[in-house]
Amino acid sequence: MNIIVPVKQVPDLVEELEINDEGTDLERDMLKYRMNEWDESALEEALQLKELHGGTITVLTVVSGDADVDEMLYTCVAKGADRVVKVVGDFEEQHDSHTTARALAAAMRDMPCDLVLTGVQAADDLDGQVGVLLATFLDLPHISVVSGIEVDAAARTATVHQEYAGGIMATFEVDLPAVLGVQASRAVPRYAPVSRVRQAMKTARIEEIEVGVAVGSGATVRRMFKPEAASHAEMLEGEPEEIVERVIEILRERGVWRV
Amino acid sequence: MSMAEHDVFVIAEHLEGRLSEVTFEMLGKARQLAGASGGRVVAVLLGHNVSTLAARLGAADLVFTVDDAALAAFNPERAVQELKALLSKEQPMLTMIASTSMGMDLAAALSAALDWPLIAYCSDVQAQDGKIVATSQIYGGKIAVEAESQGAHTIISVLAGVFPAAEGQADKVPTVQSVPAAATSAGRVRFKGLTVPEAGDVDITREALLVSVGRGIGSKDNIGLVEELAEALGAALCASRPIIDSGWLPKQRQVGKSGLTVKPKLYLAVGISGAPEHLQGMKDAELIIAINSDAGAPIFEVADYGIVGDLFDIVPLLSERLVEVRA
Repeated sequence: MNIIVPVKQVPDLVEELEINDEGTDLERDMLKYRMNEWDESALEEALQLKELHGGTITVLTVVSGDADVDEMLYTCVAKGADRVVKVVGDFEEQHDSHTTARALAAAMRDMPCDLVLTGVQAADDLDGQVGVLLATFLDLPHISVVSGIEVDAAARTATVHQEYAGGIMATFEVDLPAVLGVQASRAVPRYAPVSRVRQAMKTARIEEIEVGVAVGSGATVRRMFKPEAASHAEMLEGEPEEIVERVIEILRERGVWRV
Repeated sequence: MSMAEHDVFVIAEHLEGRLSEVTFEMLGKARQLAGASGGRVVAVLLGHNVSTLAARLGAADLVFTVDDAALAAFNPERAVQELKALLSKEQPMLTMIASTSMGMDLAAALSAALDWPLIAYCSDVQAQDGKIVATSQIYGGKIAVEAESQGAHTIISVLAGVFPAAEGQADKVPTVQSVPAAATSAGRVRFKGLTVPEAGDVDITREALLVSVGRGIGSKDNIGLVEELAEALGAALCASRPIIDSGWLPKQRQVGKSGLTVKPKLYLAVGISGAPEHLQGMKDAELIIAINSDAGAPIFEVADYGIVGDLFDIVPLLSERLVEVRA
């Protein structure tokens, strides 16, 4: 069972996001990046499948922008990835999904695998989800928003659930290799202790594959802005005791319960 | 045919014999766009025995149906094959697809297959000087992007709940044109069945008072704190997606896009930042009070009252006082 897990770094949404002076992109100098959380679920699912079926996990990331991806890749090794690969080329300033997917597709052409697991989406997918684009470029079947992946290695199929609103789920069987957009892994993504990451930094090797691909998505950013909220909550301020009394007053006024 | 360059196509979405609300929301917006550009609104409906559903798409000037036993249930591979064939023949100016689980499998695949630009997660769209300009909500709804398509044909994926559905509902009977299925061979993706969740011990869609917990609670050990708050208030406990994915509360308690939509009298959100997928499921609650450590959290844009602070200070105190005043 050889699994490829394409991952990417995205700005950490816990931090305040600032927009550049031109109003065309985030102010990237100050950004703190983290691994896309859905990609973390995809990696976890890959690790779980490796534990069940054996095989290898190759993590690929397309290097774009000025984000330093080494620590993310070493963390993947510390969690159990076998190979970590940077896909590089003349697209460093590109952040779009189409370019990313083309670069991944080019890198994967000579990299046979049984399954491709990636996060179903990322916070910056302005031009669509990388997994679906990648599958289409490689002519592989794809299913998005999946959980509960079961692999039948002998039959070369996977059975997966696709989630809809209201908790309704479809079950699909798909021929392998396939690209699955992982919504949730069967277990919470594992944590890699700092000591293991440090060890990976000393022993693991980050490979590089250079590819040449067309860049751009056909959609250009005219303007980036912080959406103005149509309304905003009335903020309750003060000491916790005062806030709590005010909440109780509001609940009473609004007839939330009868006292 | 001659007007195709101004046509707006809407890919209808349905599940279990029902058209989804977002289909009508998109049709309403499509009417407005087509009115301005002089094109037609064309709905596309894939399925099996779909004439009853097609009749409900009267806001469209024309409905293409592809009716085939193999399309009875959604299948991403089959749907892309059929839509690719139809769209490449019809060449519409704009194709609108819902930003849902099904739509996610369609929009990007069609963009790559047809080499038409895609703008995802759209909350608005217009045609300006023959160009499609759409507003996309990214970075968890914290940033909006006005993006311009450079193509003659554009695909957008549309967020649910941003356009009024009423404008996409019409009593008139639409013209329906049946299109033969393009794909005939067995595919690589096979639909096996649909699972509808069993009712849980509590139906959160019927509860008047809800306490909802999110990622801010930190760990499973702290869930007890919000359970106590719910009990003190006489409310049911529900949660945002990360809590359900972590297995800390059952799936039947999930509020949001892939969970349930609730409209309680009170929605008390604890440690929920308010990703668009969550807001979609609770923004119509009568009274929303939110506690979060981040003053910039989007939950405060839908809440009536907001508290920026440490939930571990506020929640136990609130539980304690509620028990006292309700005793």
